[in-house]
Amino acid sequence: MKRRAQLAGLLALPMLWLVGIYIFSLVMLLVTAFWTTDPFTSKVKPGFTLANFEQLFINPAYSAIALRTLGIALMVTVLSILISVPLGIFMAKIAKPWLRAVLAVAITLPLWAGYLVKILAMRVTFTEEGFFNSVFAPLGITGPGFSQTTVVLTLTYLWLPYMAVPVYTAIRQLPPNLFDASADLGAGAWRTIRSVVLPLIKPAIIAGSVFTFSLSLGDYIVAKFVGGSTQMIGSVIASNINLNPPIAAAFAVVPIAFVVIYLLSVQRTGALERM
Amino acid sequence: MKGKITVAAASAAIAALALTGCAGGSDDAPASSGGLTIDVPDVPMIEELGDYEGSVDIIAWSGFVEPAWADAFTEETGCTVNRRVAGTSDEMVQLMRTGDYDLVSASGDASLRLIAGGDVQPLNLDLIPNFGDDIVEGMKGQIYDTLNGKSYGIPIGRGANILQYNSDVVTEEPTSWDIAWEADSPYAGKIIAYDAPIYIADAAVYLMAHQPELGIKNPYALDEEQLAAAIDLLKQQNEIVSEYWADPAAQITSFVGGNTVAGTSWEVLRKLTEDEKFKSTLPEEGSTGWSDAWMLSAESDSPNCAYAWMDYASSPEVNGAIAMNFGMAPANAAFCETSDEAKAHCDYYNATDEEYFEKVWFWTTPIEQCVDGRTDVKCTNFQQWTDAWLTVKG
Repeated sequence: MKRRAQLAGLLALPMLWLVGIYIFSLVMLLVTAFWTTDPFTSKVKPGFTLANFEQLFINPAYSAIALRTLGIALMVTVLSILISVPLGIFMAKIAKPWLRAVLAVAITLPLWAGYLVKILAMRVTFTEEGFFNSVFAPLGITGPGFSQTTVVLTLTYLWLPYMAVPVYTAIRQLPPNLFDASADLGAGAWRTIRSVVLPLIKPAIIAGSVFTFSLSLGDYIVAKFVGGSTQMIGSVIASNINLNPPIAAAFAVVPIAFVVIYLLSVQRTGALERM
Repeated sequence: MKGKITVAAASAAIAALALTGCAGGSDDAPASSGGLTIDVPDVPMIEELGDYEGSVDIIAWSGFVEPAWADAFTEETGCTVNRRVAGTSDEMVQLMRTGDYDLVSASGDASLRLIAGGDVQPLNLDLIPNFGDDIVEGMKGQIYDTLNGKSYGIPIGRGANILQYNSDVVTEEPTSWDIAWEADSPYAGKIIAYDAPIYIADAAVYLMAHQPELGIKNPYALDEEQLAAAIDLLKQQNEIVSEYWADPAAQITSFVGGNTVAGTSWEVLRKLTEDEKFKSTLPEEGSTGWSDAWMLSAESDSPNCAYAWMDYASSPEVNGAIAMNFGMAPANAAFCETSDEAKAHCDYYNATDEEYFEKVWFWTTPIEQCVDGRTDVKCTNFQQWTDAWLTVKG
């Protein structure tokens, strides 16, 4: 009995946080999706209508934006993996300790600066007369300007540490004799990475991808500052939150659905248990 | 009292005439602004003032409430001024509905929503001595702050959404908005547009001049067909747009960084570039614009301080200081006579030039009742504009 009371006492605060604040506010938001907005005053009126969800299907802009956002989030995730795996192998297995320390600092450095500061830094970099264009102009290369490409690059820059750190940690934990054994059996570097390293660090990659994917899915500030006319799910929610909160709430269900589908599909691979 | 109301009513009629080009119904009592009557929740007006409450909470555009003049107000009245800067009209409306604020510096596209939503109360102009004959004609009794004969707003200032351009690239002064709208613009890919549904009105202003067969008489009174035409034009513009701006800082860096060479702007933003190569003009088609007014929350817990602020901020000096700081035409014309600098400011911003402002369509909330006086057709409301706006960028 006493143990139970102790356990309850211990869990009270996190449960209050999770249920009371996190889940309750989400539910409140989702309930709004069934409400209506007064067309004149844009005041929200409680009620029940499916019109907001209907709008998501009737207006082709919504599905186009949802798919674009999904594509951007997937691209950011793939790009993060492509950078993190070779980097992790180099850091964990090849680099000298001092270089390893320098790289570890370099990877986590972006986490030290403010989120908005980093986005504005990218804005300055990719602006027409900015750093990128002035450096690469002699080579005849012009930057992507403010476009969807820049959005992907910026989001990758923002969320890379969330992928690189778990991947690096996982590779460091691989026993060196696995590499030796692989080499003894005649496998080259590529074969070793494909058949030994990747299967073993898969849980780390999936853990990282949950972050890069869901963080990219919900972002809108990046699209606003470096996206030119790129609209993401978040942009639409942000612009409607004052004008038509119910439709914003209805649209907010879409990224939630994406993340749930993503989590369910990676859970089937059994990766989440080993996270 | 009576005299002021009559002046307001008369100018409401004049404004309605200028605004709609339609004389129908604008000559009767102040009960209608251009034949427009809207059901408004009955919020009582304050009859007399009491003691100051000690503080006042104001939602304002950036630059409207600054220590340079707010501190003197606090010293005079003992009312501490708590400022909250809002970025868009829509944000202001939402903030006012929380009931936490006493005053808002609302633009015309926010004010009608606030009045109709019962969020603001009618104002007793007798309690605001500084609201007098010196207020410029074009800002008295406008449809967006005077409804059914009641005044809801104390004018602050007005300005046009101008065409700003980089004169290094756009070497000849543009006379038309066409460089910002047409697909064959020589500056395609380097055009900036405003990022809000109200920008649809800018497309409508352009169509008024270039596609008269659509019959648009007022950019805020669009039937479905006219709205569709405006959206088509915006979609065409989307192809040549470098960026959409809602954040003033982003707009400035877009021009300065070279991503943008022409597009919609405010005079104050041009000034903030601190570079003479950026110039501005009001093209021949005219433009949209904004006219701001102080509005008092229906749930205000410091109405006395709020009234005191409205009066204080309407004095020639303070109203002028706000106008100079923000870069707009002041509402109080008496400011223009206070000094040479003030005179120059008023001339630059055409403060008393009603002819200039006749070309400017001040932001107004689009509603189902056509504000241009048409009764045979239903106009599109702001909700429809919001939905349509989404499709522009795709």
